[in-house]
Amino acid sequence: MESPGLTFPFGTELRCHTLFFCCEATPESEGKSKEAEIKRINKELANIRSKFKGDKALDGYSKKKYVCKLLFIFLLGHDIDFGHMEAVNLLSSNRYTEKQIGYLFISVLVNSNSELIRLINNAIKNDLASRNPTFMGLALHCIANVGSREMAEAFAGEIPKILVAGDTMDSVKQSAALCLLRLYRTSPDLVPMGDWTSRVVHLLNDQHLGVVTAATSLITTLAQKNPEEFKTSVSLAVSRLSRIVTSASTDLQDYTYYFVPAPWLSVKLLRLLQCYPPPEDPAVRGRLTECLETILNKAQEPPKSKKVQHSNAKNAVLFEAISLIIHHDSEPNLLVRACNQLGQFLQHRETNLRYLALESMCTLASSEFSHEAVKTHIETVINALKTERDVSVRQRAVDLLYAMCDRSNAQQIVAEMLSYLETADYSIREEIVLKVAILAEKYAVDYTWYVDTILNLIRIAGDYVSEEVWYRVIQIVINRDDVQGYAAKTVFEALQAPACHENLVKVGGYILGEFGNLIAGDPRSSPLIQFNLLHSKFHLCSVPTRALLLSTYIKFVNLFPEVKTTIQDVLRSDSQLKNADVELQQRAVEYLRLSTVASTDILATVLEEMPPFPERESSILAKLKKKKGPNTVTDLEEAKRERSADVNGGPEPAPASAASTPSPSADLLGLGAAPPAPAGPPPSSGGLLVDVFSDSPSAVAPLAPGSEDNFARFVCKNNGVLFENQLLQIGLKSEFRQNLGRMFIFYGNKTSTQFLNFTPTLICSDDLQTNLSLQTKPVDPTVDGGAQVQQIVNIECVCDFTEAPVLNIQFRYGGTFQNVSVKLPITLNKFFQPTEMASQDFFQRWKQLSSPQQEVQNIFKAKHPMDTEITKAKIIGFGSALLEDVDPNPANFVGAGIIHTKTTQIGCLLRLEPNLQAQMYRLTLRTSKETVSQRLCELLSEQF
Amino acid sequence: MIGGLFIYNHKGEVLISRVYRDDIGRNAVDAFRVNVIHARQQVRSPVTNIARTSFFHVKRSNIWLAAVTKQNVNAAMVFEFLYKMCDVMAAYFGKISEENIKNNFVLIYELLDEILDFGYPQNSETGALKTFITQQGIKSQTKEEQSQITSQVTGQIGWRREGIKYRRNELFLDVLESVNLLMSPQGQVLSAHVSGRVVMKSYLSGMPECKFGMNDKIVIEKQGKGTADETSKRRPSAPARSGKQSIAIDDCTFHQCVRLSKFDSERSISFIPPDGEFELMRYRTTKDIILPFRVIPLVREVGRTKLEVKVVIKSNFKPSLLAQKIEVRIPTPLNTSGVQVICMKGKAKYKASENAIVWKIKRMAGMKESQISAEIELLPTNDKKKWARPPISMNFEVPFAPSGLKVRYLKVFEPKLNYSDHDVIKWVRYIGRSGIYETRC
Repeated sequence: MESPGLTFPFGTELRCHTLFFCCEATPESEGKSKEAEIKRINKELANIRSKFKGDKALDGYSKKKYVCKLLFIFLLGHDIDFGHMEAVNLLSSNRYTEKQIGYLFISVLVNSNSELIRLINNAIKNDLASRNPTFMGLALHCIANVGSREMAEAFAGEIPKILVAGDTMDSVKQSAALCLLRLYRTSPDLVPMGDWTSRVVHLLNDQHLGVVTAATSLITTLAQKNPEEFKTSVSLAVSRLSRIVTSASTDLQDYTYYFVPAPWLSVKLLRLLQCYPPPEDPAVRGRLTECLETILNKAQEPPKSKKVQHSNAKNAVLFEAISLIIHHDSEPNLLVRACNQLGQFLQHRETNLRYLALESMCTLASSEFSHEAVKTHIETVINALKTERDVSVRQRAVDLLYAMCDRSNAQQIVAEMLSYLETADYSIREEIVLKVAILAEKYAVDYTWYVDTILNLIRIAGDYVSEEVWYRVIQIVINRDDVQGYAAKTVFEALQAPACHENLVKVGGYILGEFGNLIAGDPRSSPLIQFNLLHSKFHLCSVPTRALLLSTYIKFVNLFPEVKTTIQDVLRSDSQLKNADVELQQRAVEYLRLSTVASTDILATVLEEMPPFPERESSILAKLKKKKGPNTVTDLEEAKRERSADVNGGPEPAPASAASTPSPSADLLGLGAAPPAPAGPPPSSGGLLVDVFSDSPSAVAPLAPGSEDNFARFVCKNNGVLFENQLLQIGLKSEFRQNLGRMFIFYGNKTSTQFLNFTPTLICSDDLQTNLSLQTKPVDPTVDGGAQVQQIVNIECVCDFTEAPVLNIQFRYGGTFQNVSVKLPITLNKFFQPTEMASQDFFQRWKQLSSPQQEVQNIFKAKHPMDTEITKAKIIGFGSALLEDVDPNPANFVGAGIIHTKTTQIGCLLRLEPNLQAQMYRLTLRTSKETVSQRLCELLSEQF
Repeated sequence: MIGGLFIYNHKGEVLISRVYRDDIGRNAVDAFRVNVIHARQQVRSPVTNIARTSFFHVKRSNIWLAAVTKQNVNAAMVFEFLYKMCDVMAAYFGKISEENIKNNFVLIYELLDEILDFGYPQNSETGALKTFITQQGIKSQTKEEQSQITSQVTGQIGWRREGIKYRRNELFLDVLESVNLLMSPQGQVLSAHVSGRVVMKSYLSGMPECKFGMNDKIVIEKQGKGTADETSKRRPSAPARSGKQSIAIDDCTFHQCVRLSKFDSERSISFIPPDGEFELMRYRTTKDIILPFRVIPLVREVGRTKLEVKVVIKSNFKPSLLAQKIEVRIPTPLNTSGVQVICMKGKAKYKASENAIVWKIKRMAGMKESQISAEIELLPTNDKKKWARPPISMNFEVPFAPSGLKVRYLKVFEPKLNYSDHDVIKWVRYIGRSGIYETRC
């Protein structure tokens, strides 16, 4: 549309020759005509060759004739390897038709051939220098049609001069602008920016509308790259636009298209304005607003013509105006009006209009001013979803519903989407499923609603529910203990349907395995009934699901000792033990063995309830982004992010479930997955450490928030996530034996950008250094986006210690320097070795350690619910043996063990007496060394 | 096995469609049209695989015959069948053209039912088919006639009916050969082979038993050995002479009437011929080929704009024989702008439409030579590509067999009727034609 068109200008005099093939062929059959054509062409080529070779010079007319024939033969698909010279000769002719054919041949056939290009460039230069507008036009068209780098090198400097020269004809200016645009697009580096740029802007004021249209295209492209240089174009564009908009439809004569004044120019001007923010000058701004209002007003007027071209042109301007309004996003009044206008289009007869309206509304919905206005159309949109015939329009309707969804209408929209899903097109089902899953999660006020929705989703479109969706349900259920019971109950009920989707079985298996105990009290869902229900689905499922169900069974063994024998029977059956699938067989064998060998305690430890999932970004959202490509949804999400922060990011109820919800994962929804947020030194609570390292305060960041909390969590366990922010995740895995230990630290890059100069260092105070020896290997200084690196720390406990080493990580992320410090959870109790002993032995030793320095006692209030099992698990996790039937009071917990250090071994005895009424504990520790007693007491007191 | 057979006109419209097996759907018809007949590029392979379906096609003028299958069939068998089918159709209604096919479509379906059964080729002998598939209105045949046809078609000699009677017993034997050659400019033979056919036209009464003999090297040597023991003293030069005159046949195929078991054991070709014309055998030889013509090219490039070509042809056979329809085709470069030709014999002309100089000589006796010289003017081009110099090709027809094959005898025995071998009038003719006969220059 914008490049100078390649017209095929056969004059009447030439017509007889150009048709020479067509007349010849009276094909009996296709094959014969093809052969005949080749023969004819060979003959004609030989003729032309002999003519060109001939001694007597050809006159201009026959030269033109033969060059034209060659061109035609080339366009028929045959190679032409001569005649270029003759074509170049034609360029220097003074007759328009001859020159025209010459240029045509050259723009079609000549590639960067060194000797000819020089001649051609010369001819073009001559024509550009001539004052003949038609010749100049031809030359410019040729430059634009070839558009090669060579052309750009030769003429990129020349054309701007022609463009801004005062005496250039309008038509030449027009061609020059488009030619320059073409050269700029192919090789922007060769087009020099100079003082001509400011004068080009003034072409917007030109009398000739054609020049203005061409110049607007050029300026828009240039302004996208160099917005500063063309800033002045805004006010000119606005005034030009207002002149067009306010003109009567007859004013512009040639440029009025079906009663719409200069629609192309208007659209281009509006596009140009979209390169810039709203104008600051209030006068200009006012004028622009006026223009936009006029355009919106005109849309309301009755059409001046019934022709489709009239409405097309009018709507093109209108939609461009609306996208400018959305781009500016500053005039609430306009936004609302635009929204209303679009609302009218939602029910328009034209499918294209409905589509465009929905698409524009999608972007409108992300503006805070018009969001409410968009919401008023919810009924229409839902109606469109149900009744629209065109699938692409329905797709847009789904997008819009997704975009307009917020807390107030989430329930309605999700319900509508769910009901639409039953009849939806197969091509968009998966996307709808993802959207429903995200909306349900994002706007879940009440998590029972969320669970219901997702289970419904699986029921309706199980095949389209991707792994991520059901993973997410489980993550949420596990992370939120208020919904666990309900989830178990709902899942149990859903599973009772005679035919249920495999994904539902997976969710059901997992949830019942974890929380089946919560509904076991009801006789209708007693353990055995739960098991039988699950097992009835077992044989219909695929291997991965069966593997999951086997894990559920072993969890049942732990949860419900009464069904143990039943489950063992199932595991023992040939179809499990001798299953052809290795994975299933291995699970069956191992679980069977585990259930027979291990004691209840071990079972309880091994099959402990899953810890909450640490996670930031919802994996479903990531999947949707991937599916839609990077532009569409992300932009929307990005735009929505801020808004949703107010709407939803408020005090979202996220009660810490159990004792161990890590604070970084409190934002379970992964909503605020703001990408490159800062990681400058966060305001910290690690005051004590700042003192310790005061000699190098700049090098070491204060402790990251929450790390104390994490640290306490690791006292009783060895593996897990130690630290996490938007950029980095640090995971730990450690094992200890006697006085030695080994810790694997995993650094995960959560961004897609490389970390540079990645240096983790372990810092020990002097005291600590003597008591604890740590050895590490340096890690690779670059961590790729999404990658994980591992570091091994070898630990030796020389003597008992109280402090913990600090892990300081420094790296460069996208130019900013990042510094993170966390306490590394290496505590004295890690070197604990449990000792089993009988009641008598215990009390004998207890009495031996009776000196007042050896005993430390602490009475404290329970921080967590006083649950016997959890307490037991914690004491075992702490490292000591849990001695049963030792204390006369069965409610009390008694433990014993030996702390191994390189120098000594220290025997430890502990006694924990809970007081349920007062919600208090009394912890007594007796060890052979005073400092050890102190430290252990501190550590353990934190745990309850 | 063949799953279906389609015949299309040049536009890709289906004229005949016969599906034999269920695995071939109706869409196969369109697949072939879209992918082969209307293909963007010219389809060069006669076998096309589309969606696990194989299409074998042959083209006769502008009619496409395509056999379709989903199985792994013997491709040679399919093509043999297609060619046979063309022969059968030609025997029934002459030239295979769209009009003829449209006019005879009932007949074609009838033939297809007969010669292909569930995709397996059946009796495709024209003579036999003509006894029961006729184009005229059928007079109701008597019981005897019907049973005779049945016994013949299902019997051992399906290709000949009984009770044929001729007043004059006559047979014609044609040895048709085409000789292919590629020669280097220096006159070195790069590759040469002869593919030949022995075509017989028989008008013999009764059920004659024929025996065909030729100068096959193996047979001659065997006989030479057999007789050598007895006659070595009398004719010591016999093996040497027979070695010169015998030819080595690389491979051969026979008409179904030839008793292959006898050929395998004794290498004798004996058969009961079908009535009328048929192809008795096909063979190929590569050794000791008599090349009827020798082409000596001389091409000289004078600067960038001129080319001088001189070509001498020498005939290389007995002076008493005459070669006919001689045509030498000398390719010219693509940028030829003018040609001057001088030749001593025949006519020569530059044909721009074919980018070649064509030199035609009506007749030429053996052991002669002739010459043409041409000056070719070239137009300088900006393409740096050199001219590829395609080979000079030649066409001719000579009255002998370039392979050296000789018919030694054709004996006819008819024990039931009282005519003997001597009463049969026998005609033998040799025709050697050029196949691809090229000399590089």
